[in-house]
Amino acid sequence: MTTNTTQTTGSATRTAAEPGATGSEPRVMTYSEAIREAIGEAMTADDRVFMLGEDIGVYGGAFGVSGDLYHRFGPERIRDTPISELGIVGAAVGAALAGMRPIVEIQFSDFTCQAMDQIVNQAAKIHFMLGGAAQVPLVLRAPLGSGTGAAAQHSQSLEAWFAHVPGLKVVMPSCAEEVKGLLLAAIDDPNPVVFLEHKLLYRTSGPVPAGSERIPLGSTAVRRTGRDLTIVATGIMVSRCLEAAETLAHEGIDVSVVDPRTLTPLDARPILDDVSRTGRALLVQEAPGHVGYMAEIASRIVESPAIFRLLAPIRRLSGLDAPIPYAPQLETASVPQVDSILEAARTMLKES
Amino acid sequence: MVRLGDDPATARRTLEAMWRIRRFEEAVDDLFARGLMHGTMHLSIGQEASATGACFALRDDDAITSTHRGHGHCIAKGADLERMMAELLAKETGYCRGRGGSMHIADVATGNLGANGIVGGGIPIAAGAGLAYRLQGIDRVVVSFFGDGATNEGAFHEAVNLAAIWKLPVVFVCENNKYGMSFSTEKSMAVETIAERSGGYGLPGVTVDGNDVEAVNEAVTTAVDRARAGDGPTLVEALTYRWKGHSKSDKNLYRTREEISEWRDKDPIGRFEALVVERGVLTATDVEEIRAAATNDVRDAARRANAAPDANPDDLLDAVFATA
Repeated sequence: MTTNTTQTTGSATRTAAEPGATGSEPRVMTYSEAIREAIGEAMTADDRVFMLGEDIGVYGGAFGVSGDLYHRFGPERIRDTPISELGIVGAAVGAALAGMRPIVEIQFSDFTCQAMDQIVNQAAKIHFMLGGAAQVPLVLRAPLGSGTGAAAQHSQSLEAWFAHVPGLKVVMPSCAEEVKGLLLAAIDDPNPVVFLEHKLLYRTSGPVPAGSERIPLGSTAVRRTGRDLTIVATGIMVSRCLEAAETLAHEGIDVSVVDPRTLTPLDARPILDDVSRTGRALLVQEAPGHVGYMAEIASRIVESPAIFRLLAPIRRLSGLDAPIPYAPQLETASVPQVDSILEAARTMLKES
Repeated sequence: MVRLGDDPATARRTLEAMWRIRRFEEAVDDLFARGLMHGTMHLSIGQEASATGACFALRDDDAITSTHRGHGHCIAKGADLERMMAELLAKETGYCRGRGGSMHIADVATGNLGANGIVGGGIPIAAGAGLAYRLQGIDRVVVSFFGDGATNEGAFHEAVNLAAIWKLPVVFVCENNKYGMSFSTEKSMAVETIAERSGGYGLPGVTVDGNDVEAVNEAVTTAVDRARAGDGPTLVEALTYRWKGHSKSDKNLYRTREEISEWRDKDPIGRFEALVVERGVLTATDVEEIRAAATNDVRDAARRANAAPDANPDDLLDAVFATA
């Protein structure tokens, strides 16, 4: 497995651009703009790349991600589709088999349920099932997560489903700085990649490299290194954990924050190393805890020599094992917030 | 339009393909019965004309998507019998190196984008391949094979609609063999024919005698020409019948012996033989030779496949993801 760990210290969580790739200075842009830039660059560089999805044309995408791409690349390559998730994901699978590099946008990751046969039974398995005779290089982009008041059918975090299927790569970019490099790597990849964008991150911004540096899939980032506790977090939880880490630092609790970035393939080494050093692991995800991705991380820790270094039981902080509700106070109470992360960290330190 | 049984060379090729399919599947049936082949399989004996007639309407560089009952499509499109047999016999030399089996044989080199274990699974994939060829500026056409049962799946409706609105170079070939496993078309749909479902999507639909290899070929050729010209997809319904059960577990409780016997009398191969002999295109001796050659080819393929090394489990994990 490729290991390419980004080591940063302090509260600055920024991944330095690969040295020598470009001399251009990063520009501050939003997570959505960075995604759009990646797609535009990939389409300019490679005729095989095209995009299909619902309302991605003149409308500019349900979350405004495709924006002006339709005007730049035209209706053949920025292809508006009917509301037909199974059909369009299937068409992407077929196009990928026939030599193209499709990017499919599904408006809400919840709607992948409509297309699950093509994702799980077709895209994920074709390369293996055919004994390596064919490849399915497609990227399925979909927004996930709660926090928008859209209730139970528009707010799920289904990443563990996809990560459980051999043959799918799964990416959860946690910040504007990295979403471009991760998406470019996903588009390059000869396999189906499920690229899960958190909808609350779309409007967040950060310095995005002007060049086309790729962030390899399967490279965990250590956002911050601390002495007392390792927090592993995915998606939107990464920024919440970093915010909590600042507060904890004022209280004398020094924590690491580690972001796997890609769930499959998982670069576990930096997680195990950090936990071995701090002796404590707090695993934070938005998705319901039961059979969630952080259970996998916990298993990796206890199956490794890191278990001998543990000073406290591993703790998971997850979304409730309940559908996401509508009312704002109910929705907020359903998934980890900065306060609950603080509380969990303090408790772990107090009890060990 | 030139018919498949008009000249000796084409008639011979057509008959060869149908006999190779028949003999391959008989051999597979026999190997299963004798416990020499494991897993499951779905035989298309009795449906050889629809596979052959449709594939013979295609150029070599055109593509197909196939079904769980796909041996015939594969062979008619030009697949190698030995590699197919090796796959079913769990050999490293099989098309899928033993990872796919009967339901996943593909031969990308001959334009076979894959059989499919999911009913309707290949139909959107065919639309996507058609879209790829369009975007690449290549005038290839894709034939998507599926059964009557698949037309009740959402995948069929979504894919046909996409192909219709984008005028994709796809021909949807429904092999209507009357049963989705045990459920008859009379019970599974409230329309008379599958062809008329095309009306809901604005593409032409035709129903042909699926046991008449020339009729299938003529209908699919017309559809392929239309697709290649950029005028969009067509739905061709070929009425046929599988003589064998759905799969190994089938006890034929849902259909009568009389019905099966009636359809055996409509044998698409015997029918084409009689036709070409009557036309004077091939002699009875030619026909006999073609049949014997197919028997030999299948026997040789099975013998060679059987001698090949078994599929190797050592690199299964490395096979999950493509590397470049």
